Amino acid sequence: MTAPGRPARRGGFRALVGTFLGYAVLVFFALVFLYPFVIQTANSFKTEADAAAHPLSPVPDPFTTAAFTRIFDSTAFPLWIGNSILVTLLITVGRVFLDSLAGYALARLSFRGRGAVTAMIVAVMAVPGVVLLIPKFLVLNQLGIYNTYPALVLPLLVDAAGVFIMRQFFLSVPPSLEEAARMDGAGVFRTYWSIILPMARPALITLTILSFQASWNEFPHTVVAVQSPQLFTLPRGIANLVSGSLGAGTQYPLKLGAALLATIPVAIIFVVFQRYFVRGAAEGASKE
Amino acid sequence: MTEPAVRRRRSGIQGNEAAAGWLFVAPAVLILGLFLVLPIGMALWVSVSGWNGQGSPFAPGVPFVGAQNYTELFLAEGLTRENFMISIRNNLYYVAVAVPAQTLLALALALVVNQRFLKGTSFFRTAFYFPSVTSSVAISVVFLFLFANSGAVNALLALVGISGPAWFADPRGLLHLVLGGLGLVDVDNPPAALTGGGPFGLSWWEWLAGPSVAMSTIIMLVVWTTSGTFMLIFLAALQDVPVQVEEASLIDGANAWQRLRHVTLPMLKPALFLVITLGLIGTWQVFDQIYVMSQGKPANTTLTPAYLSYRTAFTDFEYGVGAAISFVLFLIIVVMTLVQRWVMRDRDEVRPRRRWWPRRGGAS
Repeated sequence: MTAPGRPARRGGFRALVGTFLGYAVLVFFALVFLYPFVIQTANSFKTEADAAAHPLSPVPDPFTTAAFTRIFDSTAFPLWIGNSILVTLLITVGRVFLDSLAGYALARLSFRGRGAVTAMIVAVMAVPGVVLLIPKFLVLNQLGIYNTYPALVLPLLVDAAGVFIMRQFFLSVPPSLEEAARMDGAGVFRTYWSIILPMARPALITLTILSFQASWNEFPHTVVAVQSPQLFTLPRGIANLVSGSLGAGTQYPLKLGAALLATIPVAIIFVVFQRYFVRGAAEGASKE
Repeated sequence: MTEPAVRRRRSGIQGNEAAAGWLFVAPAVLILGLFLVLPIGMALWVSVSGWNGQGSPFAPGVPFVGAQNYTELFLAEGLTRENFMISIRNNLYYVAVAVPAQTLLALALALVVNQRFLKGTSFFRTAFYFPSVTSSVAISVVFLFLFANSGAVNALLALVGISGPAWFADPRGLLHLVLGGLGLVDVDNPPAALTGGGPFGLSWWEWLAGPSVAMSTIIMLVVWTTSGTFMLIFLAALQDVPVQVEEASLIDGANAWQRLRHVTLPMLKPALFLVITLGLIGTWQVFDQIYVMSQGKPANTTLTPAYLSYRTAFTDFEYGVGAAISFVLFLIIVVMTLVQRWVMRDRDEVRPRRRWWPRRGGAS
């Protein structure tokens, strides 16, 4: 990666200026990209008066957890978290299993219509999500599951991009092991489950993390799938908190605190599994 | 795809395999078909019907109105067309500002992060990408606070002696402000030549508003959250530029700017096209931020077609018009995607398909 001889060529005053400018740009943009989160965290521990008077300050004065007490006592936050965990768990498990199942079949099993199904998966990936808001509502309504947990979970249980990622992975796995298992008389599902799936661990981890992140943050779907506050997930609940009855008042420590609590799980996963996010972003882009 | 040799060898389990194949893809096909393919057909029907949301759209009493919902958007005078055209205008300005801004910022960040003589760039790469993975709703709340009257941005502006605007309550168009600032027109009393007439029921003056002050906060938010992802795409492409090419140009005596202009940028072309078209597709779909931050206010200047279609259907209960807006938006995005496909195919012939993701650890 490092070009030999390069550091030697860069020397003297100009290189020093270049290095300095490089770090200046990096630090400036690191502040631009991260300081809003610092402000968010700091202000959720402030009093309302302090937040209004010193919004930029990273130090709450006085320090108070009153906003968080109120989040849990006077909003439906615990309910939203419960719904979010349930929905995220179901969607993630469903996606990892069903996407890999379909991806495996499309990569390895020969059956009539495989080409057509692959084409459909690719075509569906190109459908922009936002134009499907009304259409999705129509189907959920027609199926009689509008405003239920199944409406939150079922439509998101499979994602085309995930199927495609798994298919690409399985195409790259050498078929010899699988054939050996078949020779030994293992059935198709058994071969998939105990030979192929364990080998797919890297792809499965990527898919798990992407599914978790996407379903934890999912917002537009919840807007058209459910109506009852009993079924709100975190993003929906927070959106309601902001634009609803509390929207008129400021109450920024409360709102920022709620948004902070919703961000923390994804932030932890991101810091721990950063490279899977990078890979996912890249694969999501290359699908086009 | 199917190799005859393999098929013959496996003939014993052929039927078994075919059955298993269909069984394996059945859940995926069923769910994608039910919630992605079928809805498009249903919405197509609703967009040419007068369904009011009561009962089933396929019930016998629902009237077929033909292209009426579409003509209301484009031809018939009235509030429906006015709102739709305002939303199109807003989104056009939004695209025109956000796409170049996010592309340039992402490219600049990638070029800096890719410098080998800088240490710790993997930390900065992570920092720039972090906003992209967080919840759009949560981020919108943060920006509501940052741009509040007593928020961080106005506090920052106050430090340099500027009294910041009431960002979310300010419907003034930036272009109007610039024209007024230059003394070319009187904003409160625009020239009659511009207010007289214009296409689709909006006056030229209205078409030339530019993004409103309120809309520019949403543009800043979106640029901020998308640059990280696009930076990764550029970074991956940069790492595919062979070191020898750069060294050769270095030996030839090219300076940094010439290297960027004549060596690096031409090699980044496929990534550039990808980022621009992904940006075009994404910016026409802005919804979450509008829903949380402004709901189209003030004075409809943050209204976008995506949000308008939702509002028309779910608050005004005009499902036919809402579905029609969805389809117009769908067509706009499909055109963008086709342009991208066409451009990318063109490039692929010149250059073999490349991986878009960075080699592991390669970026540090």
